[in-house]
Amino acid sequence: MSVDIVRSDIALLYRRAGFGLKGAELDTLVPAGYEAAVESLLAGLTGPDPAGDAEVVPAFPAIQVPGATASASERRAANAELRSGVTALQEWWMRRMVATSTPLREKLTLFWHGHFATGASKVRDPELMYLQNQLFRTQGAGSFEALTQAVAKDGAMMFWLDTETDKKAHPNENFARELMELFTIGIGHYTQDDVVSSARSFTGWSYSRRAYRYIFEPSQHDYGAKTFLGQTGDFDGTGVISILVNKPDSARFVLAKLWSHFAYPVTTDDPVIDDLMGAYGSGFDVTGSLRAIFLHPNFRSAKTRSGLVKQPIEYVTGVARALGVKAGSSPSESGSGLASLARLATALGQEPFNPPNVGGWGQNSYWLDTATAEVRLELALVFARWADLSAIESVPPSQRPAAVADLLGLDGWGPTTASALETQAHRPRQLVALALASPDYVVA
Amino acid sequence: MGAAAATAGALAAIRPWEQRAKPASVSSSGTFGPLVLITLYGGNDGLNTVIPYNDPAYLSLRPNLGYQASEALPLAEGLALNPKLPGLQSLWKRGHLAIVRGVSYPNPNLSHFASMAIWQTANVIDGTGSGWLGRWLDEVGDGPERAISVGATLPPILRGDKETAAAIIGPTVTLSGDSAFQEAYAAMQTASPDRVGLVADVASSGRDLLALRQRLTDLQAPPKGGGRAGAGTAGAATVSDGGGVVGPNDVRSALAVVSDLITAGAAAQVYQVSLASFDTHADEKANHERLLGELDTAVTAFFKGLAGSPGADSVVLMTYSEFGRRPGENASGGTDHGTAAPLFVVGPQVRGGRFYGEEPSLTRLDTNGNLLSNIDFRQVYATVLEKVLRTDSRAILGSRFQTLDFV
Repeated sequence: MSVDIVRSDIALLYRRAGFGLKGAELDTLVPAGYEAAVESLLAGLTGPDPAGDAEVVPAFPAIQVPGATASASERRAANAELRSGVTALQEWWMRRMVATSTPLREKLTLFWHGHFATGASKVRDPELMYLQNQLFRTQGAGSFEALTQAVAKDGAMMFWLDTETDKKAHPNENFARELMELFTIGIGHYTQDDVVSSARSFTGWSYSRRAYRYIFEPSQHDYGAKTFLGQTGDFDGTGVISILVNKPDSARFVLAKLWSHFAYPVTTDDPVIDDLMGAYGSGFDVTGSLRAIFLHPNFRSAKTRSGLVKQPIEYVTGVARALGVKAGSSPSESGSGLASLARLATALGQEPFNPPNVGGWGQNSYWLDTATAEVRLELALVFARWADLSAIESVPPSQRPAAVADLLGLDGWGPTTASALETQAHRPRQLVALALASPDYVVA
Repeated sequence: MGAAAATAGALAAIRPWEQRAKPASVSSSGTFGPLVLITLYGGNDGLNTVIPYNDPAYLSLRPNLGYQASEALPLAEGLALNPKLPGLQSLWKRGHLAIVRGVSYPNPNLSHFASMAIWQTANVIDGTGSGWLGRWLDEVGDGPERAISVGATLPPILRGDKETAAAIIGPTVTLSGDSAFQEAYAAMQTASPDRVGLVADVASSGRDLLALRQRLTDLQAPPKGGGRAGAGTAGAATVSDGGGVVGPNDVRSALAVVSDLITAGAAAQVYQVSLASFDTHADEKANHERLLGELDTAVTAFFKGLAGSPGADSVVLMTYSEFGRRPGENASGGTDHGTAAPLFVVGPQVRGGRFYGEEPSLTRLDTNGNLLSNIDFRQVYATVLEKVLRTDSRAILGSRFQTLDFV
């Protein structure tokens, strides 16, 4: 296989399993080959992340989410403090993604954030959002069942989907339904009766905001027999999750979602899923599934190369990494030349820690409309002002479009984009802004 | 098909920039429109929006969440509005608010996503395919600016098989960079054989943006928002150096953008804005009241701001949500996913102060304890398509639905 093909494949791998890689770094990976690059990214799923860990987690507000008895002024003060805590957390995660030495782990954390989509708008306590984020980071690459069991007892999730209020007298169906529809098996594989049984199984599950831990209230749990997906027994939530993840439909659901986010969108009946089932196996193995995805011949295809529009968080992170943009720890630092990366992603429609709803963000056409195009162009110009352009300025204009592609981890430009870029080659800032707004980079 | 083709042809012949003196809102044939849709995401609780306070079953289903007769704002027929909807009550009294009761569809789906997809596509089988207003846009066929959504992401309802509506974040589109840069940006959006799939789609959204900017610039009366951050009533959106976007992030500002565009004579016949977080499984009362309060303020301010503008009289505003909520409250101080719910239709020429459709029974419920529907939402769509957008509804909805008399 030619060096060019290997290099192009590794560049693709790093765009999808990471946030892109500059040409010079790509060159160092080419001799060891594509499979070695895959293994190196996978190794980062469990190893240390020195650069990411060096980003200091912001201190969390000592204040509690105000209770029913709080006065209006207490409520206002608490809410303001909680909101600024969430803002600091958003900037922290963006900086961590930009700095990380284990990009696949952050990418997978972002994937799980979109899958088990939980919003700070309702959870409010930034510490709970942080704990969930760490859960994705530390347990996201192991067993999908273990991860789902942990998410079901995760405070942010329990407040987000009201599990913590689930009482025997009138079970709350919110988490019970989304667990099946969005998290494990997909619509069409259960009935409303299963939703009711699932809700009954999670009664008595609660969470202590003060102690930051899951608690079980036996007096609120429904110990009666339930029939769930054809099985009858005195199930609790743990049993329900176990039944769900063991359904073959669940494996297809999870694998289709992974493939759709790392390669190109597929439905659960796509033949490519058959090829991944063995890797997922009876251990619900996420790392094994990712390996199978990256090594699948369809992954290194033209279809993958044009298969996804970058989500805004990926886009902003990728640009910041490629162009050496310095990120601040709060939006107020932007005056001193430090970018507020979370606000840039939010401007493009994707606010970290605040998905639009429990279904998470959409894909592809979801990110394509005139409003997004407008913001993207504005943002590209802002980024170009902040960028380190030395690698572009140091080469003659005729070589600059190629130098920008190299920085962004692209093989090159399509003819239409290339001719537009040539007109700005004498102006590095404009050239970079145009490149960042180009269809070639938005899709790659 | 003949009528549909003729209508589409007639509309296609009207180029938006050729009829600036006469805004589309008072266009040649129509006395109605534009249509302004408010999408309520999450499943708005119909029973606590239009309250059957006279029905003893109401308070027994909702011992904690229910409103007493003395709290609610009376309308007629033993129904009252939520206390946070005083503006809508006064629109009712003036005959500008019509309420369509018990709206749903056969075999209602209790999933947010499936049910919203069904409402947005008008495909009650599985909610797949293009949006119903996207298909209307396909029929009209003269560019994205005929339908405008305010907000950063365009909902599927406005994505057709051929056309895609415009999404905006302010009343004007102002692109940065000097003219050479902008020319290069425009050149980069060119359609060409080397561009297929998503790359072609990205370029297409860029071309739509440039076309939209041109149309908005061409308007005779420039929109009041007029340009950069927070400059006008609506506040155009922009990315500041800090990366913050100033733009409409609430339904009132979004409707102010719509109002600015209508006043300026924009050619759009459909506008869409949204309000989220109606999924009140827990602690419903305070949260639901806050949302209805936002809606009430936004709608009231919208019509107040429009009053006197050319075309203001023909505006028809309509709310919808993916479903209502369960009549019986749960133990979390909230309600679970339901089915039929009322929707609001507002406008000076709406036949308001009246209900359309029967109030669903609180004692005869489906097997999940949910309300039975008596109006198919496609009847509402057919009404709007025929009487507001002046289009053959059958071409868009696939079959003929009985229209209602609210306009």
